[in-house]
Formats: sequence, structure tokens, C-alpha cells
Amino acid sequence: MADALLAARGLVVSYGRPSGWLGRGVSAPVVLHGVDIAIGKGETVGIVGESGSGKTTLGRSLLGLVAPAAGTVVFDGNDITTLDERARRPLRRRMQMMFQDPMSSLNPRHTIGQILTAPILLHGLAANRAAALTLVYGVLDRVGLARHTIERYSFELSGGQRQRVSIARAVVLRPDFVLADEIVSGLDVSTQAQVLRLLKELTSEMHLALAFISHDLSVIRSICQRVVVMREGRIVEQGSCQEVFAVPQSAHTRMLIDAIPLPTVDPGWLGRSGTETAATI
Amino acid sequence: MSELRLSITALSAISLRDGNRPILRRVSLMVDVGEVHGIVGESGAGKSTIAKAVLGIVPTQVRLTGGRIDFEGRNLLALSANDLRALLGRDIALVPQDPATALNPSRRIDAQMTDGLRLKRGLSARQARLRARALLEEVQIRDPDRVLASYPHQLSGGMRQRVLIASAFGLEPKLVIADEPTTALDVTVQKQILRLIRSLQERHGTSVLFVSHDLGVVAKICDRLTVMYMGKVMEQGGTAKVLSSPQHAYTRALLAANPRYDRPDTGLEPTPPEVLTALRAEIAAFDRGAREAEHG
Repeated sequence: MADALLAARGLVVSYGRPSGWLGRGVSAPVVLHGVDIAIGKGETVGIVGESGSGKTTLGRSLLGLVAPAAGTVVFDGNDITTLDERARRPLRRRMQMMFQDPMSSLNPRHTIGQILTAPILLHGLAANRAAALTLVYGVLDRVGLARHTIERYSFELSGGQRQRVSIARAVVLRPDFVLADEIVSGLDVSTQAQVLRLLKELTSEMHLALAFISHDLSVIRSICQRVVVMREGRIVEQGSCQEVFAVPQSAHTRMLIDAIPLPTVDPGWLGRSGTETAATI
Repeated sequence: MSELRLSITALSAISLRDGNRPILRRVSLMVDVGEVHGIVGESGAGKSTIAKAVLGIVPTQVRLTGGRIDFEGRNLLALSANDLRALLGRDIALVPQDPATALNPSRRIDAQMTDGLRLKRGLSARQARLRARALLEEVQIRDPDRVLASYPHQLSGGMRQRVLIASAFGLEPKLVIADEPTTALDVTVQKQILRLIRSLQERHGTSVLFVSHDLGVVAKICDRLTVMYMGKVMEQGGTAKVLSSPQHAYTRALLAANPRYDRPDTGLEPTPPEVLTALRAEIAAFDRGAREAEHG
């Protein structure tokens, strides 16, 4: 893609070190086998796969949270694969992340006000606390949280409110890229609908690029322009949602789509086995 | 004419921890012999509390305040602890939500599976082991001997859930309570597990009370549905009817919020404010009526 904001080439990631005598013998388990991915400015890309497919590792290596064994990551024209912490710091504002479980990503000892103002001050987006608070009020209004939420702690909020706080924390820094890792999987369907709508609006208003990791293809279809399907550390298919859902090229994609239970009665559905293999579960 | 297996009548419960807040509001539902009955709703709907009430394991902060649960002509809520224990496992079994925590991590699968078969079915150790092996084959586990010799952590989530399903159905219960049994699993594994539950249920004529938050899942496995909100039944009926012509605004709102890959331009509809207002009014009116009835 010509105007890719974020592009990875040949990403290989393995966890742990080689075991065995003097590090020889058994090699470290490889979780990404040479992955190529590009995300354009303002584009929302879904990354889907089953547990163990490498989708979370791919997301983390795009942000530099996991060091790849091989391959490059280029952000806005700069190779960021091997940047040290100091060189990476200016990028941190421009690349944000939202997690599955805000209970564990929001500090329970800090008020929501502290959680939202700290990164603004850290990155110098406001000269002082009062100015930072003005930005915080603006973002709270935008994500649909009352301003007095700043006095609350994360455990006092509902799941949907907590996820709005993580969205607020990410977008208040005016990033160019946000990684969202399974951010709606713990939510009720009505709350999920609200959070996804908000995310869709924000990405288009802010021209924000979003990598949206999910196991749920229906969710991906509803908010993403493109989708990347992963299996066992490899991309098995990628393309526009429209094409991939209409005519999936890979048998694995077809199997994932066929396995989604739609809320309609279809007596034959359970009996259709698709191409799944019983042995692997 | 179908035969009734489980009948829950006007079941009510309050939360002692939370100012005696009602968590079940005169819930009634009936499960026929051989029926898969789905209870569907969002968090706080009370669906798990119903499952726990049938199993006699409501948490200490919850108190059942009224109603009855009739199983084969006996009110489970009036049974002694011993009588209830005799029923559980043998006549009523559970498939839990999280296969990772439902198995004892320090015991091999064969020890855990044969316990129930020896205690509830009176099999000898040798017979129990053979039966466990046959049950694992019935849930399409290809190498039952390896699985029997394994500890839970050596098995995948799907495999563990198969072990639990084999254990639940293996005692040939009349009623299986399945509490979000596929929520922790990948979609392809979920589909296999749903198929498995349905085929075992059909083969043995088992009744299943299937608790889920997922309209898609209940659509594929349930014969009838009970839709709940805030501890109150909103709508009941045959699955096809409830999903294709929902009578209650809450059911319609749930369906409209649900994203569907085959209809990318619909779904994600927030619950209309007037529907939320009406729902709250419905709950409040119910609570007022219940208080008036109580005070005569």
C-alpha cells in the first residue's frame, strides 16, 4: 500500500529462549512466521483468528511491545523495529493501545482524572494541570461519560464505562494509530453496540488508523474496512471486508465464517461440519 | 402431547448484600422431556441464578424468597440436603461455563470421571474406567486413553469441555444445566460442542436448561426461549417465533444491537431511550405490585 501509515514486513516472533544444552537443540516456539501487514492512514483493519493464532502478538509487535526476531516495522516512513526506549518515546503518543480488560489496564489506586491527565502532561500536550483538565473534559463529553467521572475509581464504573475510559485515554493524545485488542469481548451486546459505534465515529472524525483485534467476525464486519485472517502465526487471507465475507478464498476463513451462529433458526446449521478438523481441539 | 420435566413457578430472589434488591421477579418457565430450553439475557438478568437455584447452590448473599422448582413431581426447594445430593449428578447434571476451573487441576481425568460413575451409578472401579473410556469416545475424543491419563492443564479448552460434557451426560441424567458452556471457546470449537450437546441430548432424550448471553448460540440449539431482563421474564416461546417475530421491545432491542456479518449495515443499534424508560417502568410497576401483595 502506497500510503501505509504502519507497515510490517517479514515479522518473525518467538517467545522464550532455545532450550537444551548450551542453547542448542530445541528452538524457541515461533508464534509469527514472517507476517506482512500494512495499515493505511485512517483505515480500520480487523485482525481475526482463533486462540493461539498470533493476533495479539502481531498487534504487540506493531507497537514495539514485542521485539521481533526478524522483519521490520515502519511507522510513517521511519523504521521503528529496533528503536531504544528513548527514541521510541515521541512515538508513544502517536501509537496508542486499548486492552480487553480495563480492570487490569486502569490503575485501581488512581482516579479516572489522574489516569487521563497523566499522559497529557507526560507528552506535553497541556502546559499545566488546568489545561490538561480542559482536554479531559472535552474527551469525556465526546465518549459519553459525565464530567464528574474524573473523581471516580475504575472499580466504581461499569464495564462499558471503563471501556469508554480506555478509549478516552487513547484518543485524548490525538494519536495516528490505535491498537484495540478484544475490547468488546467482555461486554453485553447493547453496551458493545454503543462502544463500537463510538469507536467508528472517532476513527472517522480523527482520521485515526485502527487495528482491531477480535475473535468475532460479525463485530469486525460491522466496523472494519479490511480484515486480516490469521492461523498458527501466519496470515491466511486479507482483503476488503466486502470481498472476504462474500467470497472467502481460504478454507480457514470459510470455516470461521460458517462457525458464527447467526440469531436465526437454521435446523441444518449444527449438522454442517464445513471443513473443520475434529482432531485439533 | 409433551411431558413436563422441570417446572419453575414464580421463583423470586433478593440480594442480601445489595439492600435486598430483587434479582429474580416471579420467574416461571417449563422444560419438557427432551427439550432444550434457553434462558437468554444480558448481565444482571438473573439467568445464572436460576441455574444455581435448580442445582441448590445459590450463593450465600442470595436468598430465594418465593416460588417452587418442581422436578419429576418433587419441589427441589423443599428437599433435604441429602435428598437433593442424591438427585444431583444422577438425575440433574451441570455443564459449567469455564472448563479450566471446573476440573481439579491436581487429579487425572480418569479419577475425576470415575468418581461420579462409582458414587452415583454404583459401578466398580474397573467398570467405571471402561465406561469413562466409552463416554470419551462418544464425545468424539480420538485417543481416550491419553486423555484419561492426562491432567486438565494438558488438555485444550475444547477437550476439557468435552470431558465435562461426557461426565455430565455419562450419568444419564434427566436434566442437564448448561451454564454458558461455550463462552470460553473459539467459534469453531463452540460449534462442535453445540453439535455434541444436541446429539447427546437427542440420543438420550435429556432435557437441557441452556443459559446464554448469545442470541446466535441459543438460536442454533434451543427449542424454546425465555428472554430475561433484570430478573424478570420479558418473553417466552418457540425459538423461531421469538427470534423472527419478537413480541417484547426488549427482545427487539437485543436483536437490533447484535452485529451480523451477513447484514453489515444493521446491528449496533443502541437501545432506544423510550424502550429503556418503558423497561424501567415495567420493573418498577412489578416491584410495587409485589410489595402491595406482600402487605395485603
